[in-house]
Amino acid sequence: MADITSNFLGIKSPNPFWLASAPPTDKKINVLRAFEAGWGGVVWKTLGSQVKNVSSRYSAVDYHGSRVMGFNNIELISDRPLDINLKEIVEVLKLFPDRAMVVSLMADNDRKSWHDIIAKVEDTGAHGLELNFGCPHGMTERGMGAAVGQDPEIARMVVEWVMEKATIPVITKLTPNVHSVVPTGKAAVEAGTSALSLINTIQSVTGINLDTLVPNPYVAGKSVFGGYCGPAVKPIALKFLTTIAQDATTSKVPVSGIGGISTWKDAVEFMLLGASNVQVCTAAMKHGFRIVEDMCEGLNNWMDEKGFKTLDDFIGKSVNKIVHWEDLDINYHHIAQIDQTKCIHCGLCYIACEDTSHQSINLDFGKPYNTYTIKDEECVGCNLCELVCPVENCITMVEHRVAPEYVNWIDYQKLGLPLNDH
Amino acid sequence: MPIENNRLTSDQYQENFSDIHPPFETKEAALTEANRCLFCYDAPCMKSCPTSINVPKFIKQITTDNVKGSAHTIFESNILGAGCSRVCPVEKLCEGACVYNLMDETPIHIAKLQRYSTEMALEKKWPLFIRKPSNGKKVAIVGAGPAGLSCAHVLSREGIDVTVYEKESKGGGLMTYGIAAYKVTPAFCEEEVNYILSIGGIEIKYNHELGKNITLEELQKNYDAVYLGFGVGVARQLNIPGEELEGVVDAISFIYDVRTKGYENVPVGDKVAVIGMGMTAIDAATQARRLGAKEVTLVYRRTQEEMPCTEAELDIAMLDECKIIWLAAPKEVIGGGGKVVKLVCSVMKLGEPDASGRRSPVETDETLTLDVDMVIKAAGQIPFTELVNKNSIENANGKIKINNTATNIKGVFAGGDCVNGGREVVDAVQAGKDGAFEILKYFEEL
Ligand SMILES: Cc1cc2nc3c(=O)[nH]c(=O)nc-3n(C[C@H](O)[C@H](O)[C@H](O)COP(=O)(O)OP(=O)(O)OC[C@H]3O[C@@H](n4cnc5c(N)ncnc54)[C@H](O)[C@@H]3O)c2cc1C
Ligand SMILES: Cc1cc2nc3c(=O)[nH]c(=O)nc-3n(C[C@H](O)[C@H](O)[C@H](O)COP(=O)(O)O)c2cc1C
Ligand code: SF4
Repeated sequence: MADITSNFLGIKSPNPFWLASAPPTDKKINVLRAFEAGWGGVVWKTLGSQVKNVSSRYSAVDYHGSRVMGFNNIELISDRPLDINLKEIVEVLKLFPDRAMVVSLMADNDRKSWHDIIAKVEDTGAHGLELNFGCPHGMTERGMGAAVGQDPEIARMVVEWVMEKATIPVITKLTPNVHSVVPTGKAAVEAGTSALSLINTIQSVTGINLDTLVPNPYVAGKSVFGGYCGPAVKPIALKFLTTIAQDATTSKVPVSGIGGISTWKDAVEFMLLGASNVQVCTAAMKHGFRIVEDMCEGLNNWMDEKGFKTLDDFIGKSVNKIVHWEDLDINYHHIAQIDQTKCIHCGLCYIACEDTSHQSINLDFGKPYNTYTIKDEECVGCNLCELVCPVENCITMVEHRVAPEYVNWIDYQKLGLPLNDH
Repeated sequence: MPIENNRLTSDQYQENFSDIHPPFETKEAALTEANRCLFCYDAPCMKSCPTSINVPKFIKQITTDNVKGSAHTIFESNILGAGCSRVCPVEKLCEGACVYNLMDETPIHIAKLQRYSTEMALEKKWPLFIRKPSNGKKVAIVGAGPAGLSCAHVLSREGIDVTVYEKESKGGGLMTYGIAAYKVTPAFCEEEVNYILSIGGIEIKYNHELGKNITLEELQKNYDAVYLGFGVGVARQLNIPGEELEGVVDAISFIYDVRTKGYENVPVGDKVAVIGMGMTAIDAATQARRLGAKEVTLVYRRTQEEMPCTEAELDIAMLDECKIIWLAAPKEVIGGGGKVVKLVCSVMKLGEPDASGRRSPVETDETLTLDVDMVIKAAGQIPFTELVNKNSIENANGKIKINNTATNIKGVFAGGDCVNGGREVVDAVQAGKDGAFEILKYFEEL
């Protein structure tokens, strides 16, 4: 059995799975249920000045019969009184001393507000603080949330205020509503943040009701941009994470990975790209806390299979596998191959390649079943057919190097090698 | 052992004749199934539908909340798409070709999805087709069955004025009078016929029989073209001693009664033998059971290998606890007091394959005898040989000969059961379309 305990800035938890700051971590009752279910830690729902929420609050994107492929919300920070939250945090800490308790904060934009709230939260005995520089709606209009995260200099200033006061570890949570997360990340690290976390939600319009013509979520005939999250945002989160893991300054601090994590596999991917632990929101909101069981078991089995004994054995292992395009090996070539014994003759590979790729698949008409074969000389090795094929391992990409040696684009040009022959 | 009606309570009849393949109960159920569809290219299901319905497209349209478009896609190829979704032997057509079969997965329930879209269209009376303005051309169609109605709809869409002559008092042909009652109800058939007629330009003259109230010459004189879609007649004679006894009935008439008289008014025996193993035989056997016959035995000359019905149909008969005797050919019906008491059969064995590759049965010396009080003949139907001969229509044993739907008589076309001798509804629908297209071409060339 592998060891999946996690140590993030000295904050220990029995596994690397934390619940992100959001409704699942909004109250004692939720958090107790989460800990009973087995979650390693929580980032308590963001505390700050008093707010008022509207109704409705959520909307979603379904895809091909799957509900909530993407999730969207227009909620604000915690709308419960600060002292109730603080009191409940103390109570939970007492009941579950082995779990990570980090408290998310978003104070008004002045030094005193930040210092006051930090003092109050530290009094609870919480293990760490997370600065919410990411919420993309409602709070930004008041100069908070993403408004801070989108401006590296404001972020630097706020982190400096926080670091003057905080005695426990501070995680700065970044917004993805920027061209690059690195400038704000860098500013936060330079201002002394102990760690970074990302991503918060992405501004979005999830859809429009085609009867009323009002976009979702509906609030008295109107809507507003919301924050997008869930499985749909995972690839974007992984990209932002990689840029943080590859930057000389931001890679100095640990990162908590967030965005579309639903399974142990998603979590492993974040960790391979440099996250020390992960946070989950939407998947828990869709399925409840029980999903953590398989997350722990799946992670454990995978680590055993691969021979990893601790999380540190694999964290960051894929970071240097993402390079600049110019560094890719142009002599690498692979060609699709269809296993005729597995083929179900659906024709999906054919029509994808024929209509939109390189006309590299041959169709031999049959009634009712056509036969599809690859034209090796035409195939550019794009993977499209393999991706659309509904049968696992029916289409595989087989390596056919153009030449044994590594040649990148720069060398290629220097050598005057031929350009596209297709 | 009497032949009696009124064997069951009305609740029992209701239950026995309720829908054998119920529809999706909810939109969610239909969507879940529709989303399973892979949206194949040049789809095997589409190629296996005699009317070439674009199956992947109509299923995709269900998933995009475009049920109207979905129904249009179906009806465009098959105006009896609603009826077909209930009666087609899909296990040997579209669903039998679904690629999921090759993954050992349940095929997409294509017929059930087709029923979902088309019944919504019928129920909401969506006007999915607009008839072109009348172009003055007139066509007479004989028979308001699937072939005739399908032909009529295509022609009317093109602005042709169609008059259908139908000998019965209702449309639908064997849909209304032949197919098992647990597949389609009379009310459904009527709704379907009305939906087809709602395009306008089609008039049905009921209780008009070719050869009785009207002649082919009249039709040729009064119309620019004639389409014959009058199907086939009663079940084939057995030509064995005792066939005239009381209790020997023809499956087509028996089912006609089931479909028209009310279940409680149709008499069946205690012990019934059904001769044949086609669709009609299965339907006669199962419906005899469902009317309350205690014991029903299907008697077939060949083996399961050669049977004309599909496995799915055989399963229906077996679930209805019908017995099956393979390799037995009726030899004599024995009577007592003028009524059937026994059926004597020759035991058969399979000989050499014939021209069609089927091994033909050969009589042995052995016989077997069944105690029965009713014998239902369902060994194929007889074409209207006399009618076609009288009108000098070229035919093969009564089956009209056609060349691309044209008969030997100029301006007279034919299709459906009267040409093929009896296949499926969906084949008749395609034959009707083919006929209409030929007629349109004929008009262009005139
Ligand atoms: C018992 C039974 C069960 C069947 N079950 C199925 C099934 O489950 N699924 C399936 O797909 N197919 C089934 N079939 C076959 C299917 O019903 C036929 O293939 C189909 O109806 C043929 O259509 P048609 O239009 O050619 O002929 P028909 O449906 O026979 O229509 C012919 C029409 O012409 C009328 N007509 C006949 N003679 C004259 C005349 N002289 N003048 C005017 N009108 C006339 C008839 O009254 C009838 O309305 C079954 C057939 C039978 C007998
Ligand atoms: C309803 C809702 C409320 C949220 N509230 C907060 C919040 O108060 N503070 C915060 O830092 N992030 C908040 N988030 C963002 C999540 O913590 C998380 O960063 C984001 O949802 C991406 O993770 P996921 O894809 O697992 O949901 C909220 C998300 C949702 C769905
Ligand atoms: S890899 Fe791309 S180009 Fe090659 S056959 Fe597949 S789809 Fe076509």
